Amino acid sequence: MTSVRIDGLSKSFGGRKILHDLDLTVEAGESFTLLGPSGCGKTVLMRLLAGFDRPDAGTIRIGDRLVAGDGADVPPDRRGLGMVFQDYAVWPHMSVADNVAYPLKIARTAADERDRRTRRAIGQVGLAGLEARMPSQLSGGQQQRVALARALVSEPSLLLLDEPLNNLDANLREEMRFEIRELQQKLGITVIYVTHDQEIALAIADRIGVMDETGRLRQVGTPDDVFDRPIDAFVYRFLGVANFVPMRRVGATWLFPDGAAVWPGEAPGLAGEHATFGCRPFDIELARDGDGLAGVVRRASFLGAQMDYLIEAGGVTFRAATDSRRALDPAQRFEEGETCRLAFRGSQWFDTAVADIEGGAR
Amino acid sequence: MSYLKLDAIDKRFGNVAAVSGLNLEVAPGECVAMLGPSGCGKTTTLRMVAGFEDIDGGEIRAGDRVLSSKAKNYYLPPEKRDFGMVFQAFAVWPHLSVFENIAFPLRIRKLPADEIRRRVDEALRHTNLTALADSRPDDLSGGGKQRIALARALAIRPKVMLLDEPLSSLDPHFREEMRFEIKDIQRRLGFSILYVTHDQSEAMALSDRILVMKQGVVQQIGSPRDVYYRPANRFVFSFIGLSSFLRVRFTGGRMQVDDLALPFDAVDEAPAELVGVGEGVLAVRPSDVDFVDEGGLRGTVRRRSSLGEIVDYQIAVGSQTLRVQKTRHEPGPQVGETCGVRFAMSNWYPLTDASEG
Amino acid sequence: MTGSFRFGTPQILFGLAVAILVIFVAVPVLLIFFNALWVNGSLNIADMVKVLSERETYKALINSLILASGVTVTGTIVGTFFAWLVTRTDLPYKGAMKVLFLVPFMLPSFIGALAWKMLLSPRSGYINRFFIETLGFPGPIFDIYTYQGIILVETMYLFPFVFIQVCGALERMDPTLEESARISGADLFTITRKITIPLVAPSILSGALLIMLYSMAHFGTVAMLGIEAGIYNIPTLIYERIHQSAGSFAAIRTGTVLSTVLVIAAALIIWLQNRVLSKGRYQIIAGKSFRPTEIRLRGLRLPLLAFCIAYIGFTIVLPTTTIFLVGGLKTYGLPIAVENMTFDNYHHILFEWDLTRDAIWNSIGLGLAAALITMFAGVIISYVIVKMKVPGKGLLEFLGMLPFSVPGSVIALGVILAWSGKYGINIYNTIWIILVAYIARYMAFALKANSAALEQVHDSLVEAARASGATMWQALRDIVIPLVRPGMVAAFFLIFLPALRELTVSVLLYGPTTRTIGVAIYTLNEDGETVYAAAMAGVALIIIVTAEVVVKRVFKIEK
Repeated sequence: MTSVRIDGLSKSFGGRKILHDLDLTVEAGESFTLLGPSGCGKTVLMRLLAGFDRPDAGTIRIGDRLVAGDGADVPPDRRGLGMVFQDYAVWPHMSVADNVAYPLKIARTAADERDRRTRRAIGQVGLAGLEARMPSQLSGGQQQRVALARALVSEPSLLLLDEPLNNLDANLREEMRFEIRELQQKLGITVIYVTHDQEIALAIADRIGVMDETGRLRQVGTPDDVFDRPIDAFVYRFLGVANFVPMRRVGATWLFPDGAAVWPGEAPGLAGEHATFGCRPFDIELARDGDGLAGVVRRASFLGAQMDYLIEAGGVTFRAATDSRRALDPAQRFEEGETCRLAFRGSQWFDTAVADIEGGAR
Repeated sequence: MSYLKLDAIDKRFGNVAAVSGLNLEVAPGECVAMLGPSGCGKTTTLRMVAGFEDIDGGEIRAGDRVLSSKAKNYYLPPEKRDFGMVFQAFAVWPHLSVFENIAFPLRIRKLPADEIRRRVDEALRHTNLTALADSRPDDLSGGGKQRIALARALAIRPKVMLLDEPLSSLDPHFREEMRFEIKDIQRRLGFSILYVTHDQSEAMALSDRILVMKQGVVQQIGSPRDVYYRPANRFVFSFIGLSSFLRVRFTGGRMQVDDLALPFDAVDEAPAELVGVGEGVLAVRPSDVDFVDEGGLRGTVRRRSSLGEIVDYQIAVGSQTLRVQKTRHEPGPQVGETCGVRFAMSNWYPLTDASEG
Repeated sequence: MTGSFRFGTPQILFGLAVAILVIFVAVPVLLIFFNALWVNGSLNIADMVKVLSERETYKALINSLILASGVTVTGTIVGTFFAWLVTRTDLPYKGAMKVLFLVPFMLPSFIGALAWKMLLSPRSGYINRFFIETLGFPGPIFDIYTYQGIILVETMYLFPFVFIQVCGALERMDPTLEESARISGADLFTITRKITIPLVAPSILSGALLIMLYSMAHFGTVAMLGIEAGIYNIPTLIYERIHQSAGSFAAIRTGTVLSTVLVIAAALIIWLQNRVLSKGRYQIIAGKSFRPTEIRLRGLRLPLLAFCIAYIGFTIVLPTTTIFLVGGLKTYGLPIAVENMTFDNYHHILFEWDLTRDAIWNSIGLGLAAALITMFAGVIISYVIVKMKVPGKGLLEFLGMLPFSVPGSVIALGVILAWSGKYGINIYNTIWIILVAYIARYMAFALKANSAALEQVHDSLVEAARASGATMWQALRDIVIPLVRPGMVAAFFLIFLPALRELTVSVLLYGPTTRTIGVAIYTLNEDGETVYAAAMAGVALIIIVTAEVVVKRVFKIEK
């Protein structure tokens, strides 16, 4: 169990600034997720932590030990960490047991101790019985479990996970994210996890750091913080499907883009004349009538657990979703072409223009 | 009224039965998706309809034309079937321009030049490719290439369109967009679609009926709502959507999950046919389980994960676990708390179900 | 890998890689250009033009061009046709046919030329004699000592370049590209014409350019069949000049000028080929695999099979049999009949005659030594190129691949310039100079095999070892070396097998006791010892084929 402290970290590649003056502290025993779009520098940060690259400026401390910067340059093999890579990086010429036992072999652990710990690590990831298999005889999910066991076997105090679930299919991904979370809690190790998938981040993190493509940390907080109280529109958009609507203030009322429809909820305390209103599909509640925003259903798709709607209202198109079960009741089911009323159960207001948000999040 | 008709189709590869006794009728303008795990025979079926595979039993007809017939020992080659087809890997020809790709089937049919131009323009318009007619396919993105393939298939104005996982090579963003584009074009032009996919939300969004297959045998044919809410067997239930299963014992007119009582009012429907049997399986969708303050089946929250708009719970019920999903707007218990659950939509299956395993 | 940089390991590896490539590759090639362009220490283009405007030199240039174009055209047609036949039709025994069509790749073409000379030389060739003496023809039915004769023989041995490329392209091509044409209404022959052939056109072209490259620099066949009728190409003229004048300056200069022309032509071809490969190659490789629909040959099935068998019989079986039979004759010219046969020739060259016995051991020794040295040097250099992020690795890659485009005769000439005493070391006329030339010539093979293997070793495999606590050396030892071992083994045999049958380089470098198998056969033939030449060729064929088969069986190397 160990903490990680990063101060003023900068890194450029070929004149391109990837990370600039980054500060971050990860507490001991914490599951921390770095969430960001591809190319945002999260993998670079991971490689700096592991010691595969050297920072241009700034320091990294693992526990009390300075490992990079200020003259320190501890090579990866002496940082005492475990790491799992996106492409598994299981050694194809070694059996499952040999792969997992390798870190202990390098550390010259006694043979019986090595066998015991190898068996335990393989058991922890649910691969007992497959010790003698070669990696080519394993599925992608099993190979990733081997990589996980190999990273855990030397009982590192810090585990780095670089998009380890990316190459797995949806079902396996869903299953393994919970397993990783359970393992982390059971072993009490510090985990730093890098991903661009917000569902994984939300499921396994104690805290999430959201990075943008310029390598800046926009927000650091608990999953609830970043999901319910996003600091800006980038974070809001990155954490899930979102509708953004450019609104205009006339006196105390806010108007939708058609210039006629009035924002039905409580007015936000924004001083400017223009603002962006954001809501998620499940934030929209549909009704036959009432005092909500009037709209027309353009498309209704049954997707299993949820109904997906495209609704034209207030001069824009909203994406809305409801529990399919409600749509079994004909009174609650909306077909294409029908009119409806929209109420907003949740909303976020930003003083940025929609164009900046849409452009910035791509 | 049906246009495409598959009658008792059999197909074997060596000793392995790839498809057995498959019946399917596709009406004009209808979209039917074939869904199933890999190796279930759905692609083989599509290829038999296209004419790339012959059949070992039964008959395939389109309108009043016989396409393949085992009894008559008749087989019409694919180039004579007049279908449109779109493949997973796009299969657009990189040495021909976008225009020439689409014109190819028309040139083969020796149509006059002005007719070819008219029809290609029309196909380009339907697929929003007009501005790219003179480009090379390799200059287009995956989505663009799949549009060319679609336009090429549309050019001969086919009555039936065969789609072989047409969207699975696209990135998720495009996939959703194309899904509805195909649907729109189909509505405008009125052809039938027979469609192979492994993505169930795609099948649900696009098709009028879904055919679920397993090991070459049709498990169910029905509307998306039918296969989701009234699955024919436990396999279909677990293949379509998320699922959670509980083993339930029936003793002395009561239902029990391990030692816990399952009140009759906690299920929407009691399994009359199973009560005498002794034990059965209660199958539910995680989103169809409701939390209740009083009564219901009692359990303890083992895990609660917020996945954004959805909150995922793992509930310990006796020695078994149950999965529940609610939107974040609905109240739910915290980790460690005990709670009651009610099953709003449930299906019952015998303890041993031949469709599983 | 930052952590270990301070130990200087990468610098050592980098320095080693540079030294090997400069000494073995860069110096000889640069000396060629230097000697061609500089006379008495000053740049002299006029003299170069003078050499080129001599009748014999420009004739050789034109001959090279005629022969290379002819072989390219015929080889491409033959290769494409057979490739289509074995991948897209229902020809019977396709698999076996495919293997048989690749056999010419392992047979040395100068041995084939020797066999064809025995069969079709205008006066003494067995076939011509049969027609004249038995059937009463007025003259020979085919004269092998002509442009057509040379083109025919080269085609037999070079068409696999196109065959192998086109087979590969057709097999890997996404079948839905053809299926979508079928569903569009096109029948199979229309598809072949409009879709299949255009899509594999870049592969055809790339194979054709390989044939051209090879044929342009080809020595053996032209030397065997052309010299009699006065047909020289550039490599045979270089050989002729160097030999006649025993290494005089004028001869060497002509050689370097011709070499320069050859290198420029080769560079042009390589450049064209790269363009074809990078720009013209379509993304036609499939993910899903169904077998493509086969064209039914119907009535043509058996005639085409017979044609293939006849082709193989005519180009492989007939010349090979001829070699063995002539090698067993008591005297050259006797009719092939049991009473004229003897094993004495074989016994003599294997056990009694130093010249041939030495040649066999020289070739085996040179092959083993060159393969071992080049294999290890190749690992080091490709590691620097593929895995180390050092500046200047592009130059290393260029140097390593240079011998691919530098013909064997040029390398030999460069090695003579560098190692015959002018710069302090004289190994001319010793076995070492041949070894040095082999290393230069085969370095590119080793780099290709090892780079391919190293590229499979993804960086994260090494990084995972580092994160597991392994130092850079431990990671090299436990992860990198075990994973590139197959590449090293492949490199070894990619060098050992061709070195066994090498002629072009060694013929320019051999001394009295340093003949190789190829040189022995060639000189025996030149000296009129046709029977011994054939017997030696027979022994060589047995050694080469045995080595190929053993290697493929044991190591399952894919070519």
